[in-house]
Amino acid sequence: MSTGFSVEPVPRETVGARVQKLFRTTAFKLSIAYLAIFALCAFLALGYVAWNARAVLDDQIVSTIDAEINGLSEQYNAGGLRRLITVVERRSREPGASLYLVTTASGEHVVGNVGYVPAAVLANPGQSETRYGRSDSDAELHRAIVRVFTLPGGFRLLVGRDTEERDRLRAVIGRAFGTSLAAVVLLGVIGGWLAASRVLRRVDAMTQTTRAIMAGDLDGRLYVAGNGDELDRLAASLNLMLERIGELMRGMREVSDNIAHDLKTPLTRLRNRADEALRSAVSPEELRAALEAVIEESDGLIRVFNALLMIARLEAGNAREILAPVDLGAAVQEVGELYEALAEDQGLLLDVRAGDGLIIAGNRELIGQALANLIDNALKYGAGGAEAQVTVEAERVGDTIRLSVSDHGPGIPEAERGRVLGRFVRLEDARSRPGFGLGLSLVNAVVRLHRGTLRLSDNGPGLRVDLAFPAEAQGAAATAGDGAAEPIPALAASAPGGSISRLS
Amino acid sequence: MAVVTEQRSPVSRAALWTGSMRLLIIEDDREAAAYLVKAFRETGHVADSAQDGLDGYALAREGAYDVLIVDRMLPKLDGLSLIRSLREQAVTTPVLILSALGQVDDRVKGLRAGGDDYLPKPYAFSELLARTEALARRQIGSGAAEETRYRVGDLELDRLSHRVTRAGREIVLQPREFRLLEYLMRHAGQVVTRTMLLENVWDYHFDPQTNVIDVHVSRLRGKLDKGFASPIIHTVRGAGYVLRFDEGSTG
Repeated sequence: MSTGFSVEPVPRETVGARVQKLFRTTAFKLSIAYLAIFALCAFLALGYVAWNARAVLDDQIVSTIDAEINGLSEQYNAGGLRRLITVVERRSREPGASLYLVTTASGEHVVGNVGYVPAAVLANPGQSETRYGRSDSDAELHRAIVRVFTLPGGFRLLVGRDTEERDRLRAVIGRAFGTSLAAVVLLGVIGGWLAASRVLRRVDAMTQTTRAIMAGDLDGRLYVAGNGDELDRLAASLNLMLERIGELMRGMREVSDNIAHDLKTPLTRLRNRADEALRSAVSPEELRAALEAVIEESDGLIRVFNALLMIARLEAGNAREILAPVDLGAAVQEVGELYEALAEDQGLLLDVRAGDGLIIAGNRELIGQALANLIDNALKYGAGGAEAQVTVEAERVGDTIRLSVSDHGPGIPEAERGRVLGRFVRLEDARSRPGFGLGLSLVNAVVRLHRGTLRLSDNGPGLRVDLAFPAEAQGAAATAGDGAAEPIPALAASAPGGSISRLS
Repeated sequence: MAVVTEQRSPVSRAALWTGSMRLLIIEDDREAAAYLVKAFRETGHVADSAQDGLDGYALAREGAYDVLIVDRMLPKLDGLSLIRSLREQAVTTPVLILSALGQVDDRVKGLRAGGDDYLPKPYAFSELLARTEALARRQIGSGAAEETRYRVGDLELDRLSHRVTRAGREIVLQPREFRLLEYLMRHAGQVVTRTMLLENVWDYHFDPQTNVIDVHVSRLRGKLDKGFASPIIHTVRGAGYVLRFDEGSTG
């Protein structure tokens, strides 16, 4: 189906474009943001654990050293340097991580399992972390925490502990730290990617459907997965909207079909008349008569167009700005008076009954037009009916202003009542009468604009049209006498001597 | 022509009203403008035309026109702005707005902008002519005190006492018939259309569809002409009515 407007074709996507699109999705951006936050948290937590583990290990080493020193200091106190050297020598032979060294003041090795240690370490008493070499093995250097004391006579005592175990543990923690961070980042990116591509797939599907709809496939609907997520809800409301648009489109198509059918007939008649006059009319009088008929026919067409436009404008609802307090009773009296003479000429009694102060928010012109249409119809179909009377009544019932127009003509069969409000609908027995079947649709449009209701019923026999409008608040009634909220100077001026044209 | 008042000399409006109007048609559609100029000239009037809003504004300010006929949608300066500008410059020439927009609110907007009458397109020329003449007539009559009595031939209407007499014989009219006659007499000698009557006597602007107005006029005519040889309200085919007293046929 072609709807007359073009839709750009969906361009074929490259991989790069696809990835770029993925990166731009909200789902992906959100995933990345969460990932960054989570990675930071993981980093802090793991860092805290590593830092604490290190502190605990260092504490352990230092307290071991302290215990050694305590032992050695006891030996020294008991047996002096000689005893200390003996103990150190013995302990040095024991396997383990403990380190001992006794040197002379000049740094010469006396006893101990430490072969090499930087001179600066020995020169400065106190605790430090340093490299050292074992006296009993290769020249390989290891790391240790050591404490250096100065003994009487310039001797130095070094007590320490190898930190290899601690360092290994530290490395393990560090690796665990790195691995888990990498895993978090990787999983986050993959998760984000998956979430984004899932959303993207659905959005792409939606885009494709909407483009197809734009291209004219009005029956297309968006896929609803049924899991009630936000995309589902969006798709469901868009589908509802499409349904509504489809309804409106069908309505419009119906109208245009109607226009095509109901306006082509008079247009053809118009054309034929002109054609026939051109072909066969000989005298100026005949031509003149034909031209007059043509003008009359086009006037009828203009009238139909005006009515159609008016209905369309009213249904679009943008005439609401012209609503002001209007006295419905006065309008009924005025229009009733306008049609009274015509009714009498047709042998009908037009009975108009309207109370006072029937104020509605309305437009006097539109109300007048609707009333005229209703009375016109009632007179048209009520003539020759069971009872030669057309009744127009307006009254206030609670918060509603009710208006009824009833005749005793043939009425409208119940099955047809809904249909006659449509445009161009003319019942079979009305085909012979003048009119285009727009009268009631116009009334209906006016009533709807005024937030009122319209009901057709049996008048036994005849047709009864009931209108109901919400009554305007009493306070507004004060301004109602003017008919419009804002007086228009030119309107008064166009009717010389305002008193002529207005009912007092 | 014979509109006569008691307070003024018998040649008051009738003399001023020469029957020929000077018109300015501001319409961008050349064909439509040419049609109007030709049609107005054929009916004895003088018509100029302007193609756009600015030219129209300049001409309207300079020229002494009886009525301006302004299309609503114009290039350079739209019709409503043009009218507003003219009114701001104290140009009071009556303006008739022609517009393809014929809905209730369009009409109200046009009149609020300072227009005096509003005619939706498409229109019958007879309707436009009648309305233009009514506007021109009003312009000439404006400033003069409202007459309290109208007289056309042997027909007299007293606006104060609400009495109508023909050749001295009193004719009893319903209030609405009185207003109808009052309007017809005010525009004596001019064609008034059915929509003009609906607008000015009933104050409604909708399309009267059936012959409601004709029924009222024929009733009034029945009362006025009863017992007199010459009718005073004449039907103008395809246009409307004219109230005219034909000399030498006094009943």
